[in-house]
Amino acid sequence: MGAAEKLAEMTQDQLVQYLLRLGDNTLVLGHRVSEWCGKSPVLEEDIALANTALDLLGQTQLWLGHAADVQGEGKSADDLAFLRDVWDFRNVLLVELPNGDFGQTLMRQFLFDAYHAVLLAELVNSTDATISAIAEKASKEVAYHLERSRDTVIGLGDGTEESHNRMQASLDLLWPYVGEMFHSDAVDAAAFAAGIGPDPASLRAGFDAIVSAALTEATLVKPESTFAHKGGRTGAMHTEHLGHMLCQMQWLQRAYPGNKW
Amino acid sequence: MSQEWPLWEIFIRGQHGLSHRHVGSLHAPDAEMAIKNARDVYTRRNEGVSIWVVEAKHISATAPGEKGPLFEPSESKVYRHPSFFDIPEEAGHM
Repeated sequence: MGAAEKLAEMTQDQLVQYLLRLGDNTLVLGHRVSEWCGKSPVLEEDIALANTALDLLGQTQLWLGHAADVQGEGKSADDLAFLRDVWDFRNVLLVELPNGDFGQTLMRQFLFDAYHAVLLAELVNSTDATISAIAEKASKEVAYHLERSRDTVIGLGDGTEESHNRMQASLDLLWPYVGEMFHSDAVDAAAFAAGIGPDPASLRAGFDAIVSAALTEATLVKPESTFAHKGGRTGAMHTEHLGHMLCQMQWLQRAYPGNKW
Repeated sequence: MSQEWPLWEIFIRGQHGLSHRHVGSLHAPDAEMAIKNARDVYTRRNEGVSIWVVEAKHISATAPGEKGPLFEPSESKVYRHPSFFDIPEEAGHM
């Protein structure tokens, strides 16, 4: 609560939006990754993906919990996760895209992990003590996610002809969703001015360094187009996939409101 | 995938001062991934501070059929246990 008061430049609503973006990214990706549970190509990857999903959901609980606190309407992280509809979600489009094959899932994971790692490294310095503490905890988990997804992208990219082609196709498919992570709007500008978070554009160089090095090692070619789908983090327009995902994720709370584990 | 990944034996040190213990085995394409997989499969509940991985083919083992000659002769040699000494009070618990 204190954070919203002392930072005059960022309104309470802007701070809530900012936190929803962080929490919705990890929530939606965490749910997507959990869809592999019990269905991965090998047991070792199955449990590794489940661990990643659980890390992301744990981070979600912290981000959305903080968002609910700042919002001050007596809601919980669960309320925000399970009782909002598509148009209220603020995640980037990249994380809501369907899993595709295993390679596509890992390519999506790698692109997000690279962004996530660079972002959290900046959020550790946030003037909001809660954001800084969450970033500190999450960055250790994400360092491992990145190491793992990076190695798998390299292994599959520089693997068989079949795996190489699939990874290149995944990269071509997902690349137009990269740009949105570095776009900026009034919420980001206010967060930057208040020392809450970085200017998204400033994260691009760090992201490019990680991604270019890995793609070279993976013998994959980065698409030249800089076209970027957008609308997820502002909530202007999500892909058609998010609604279907929320149907699955939220149906229990919608069908049995207030039901507890 | 035409070939199975090789099998790795996993050893984990539970805490500093203890030795690594065999906890199980898993498949992985190389040693680095074996360590990562071991981290994900065997240390989810904070079980370890260190991981060793050894490709299973590098472990030589005794054959079950040799149990008699190898292990039975020591059964009748109780004097090899240091249990025939009077321990002085001052030494305390050993």
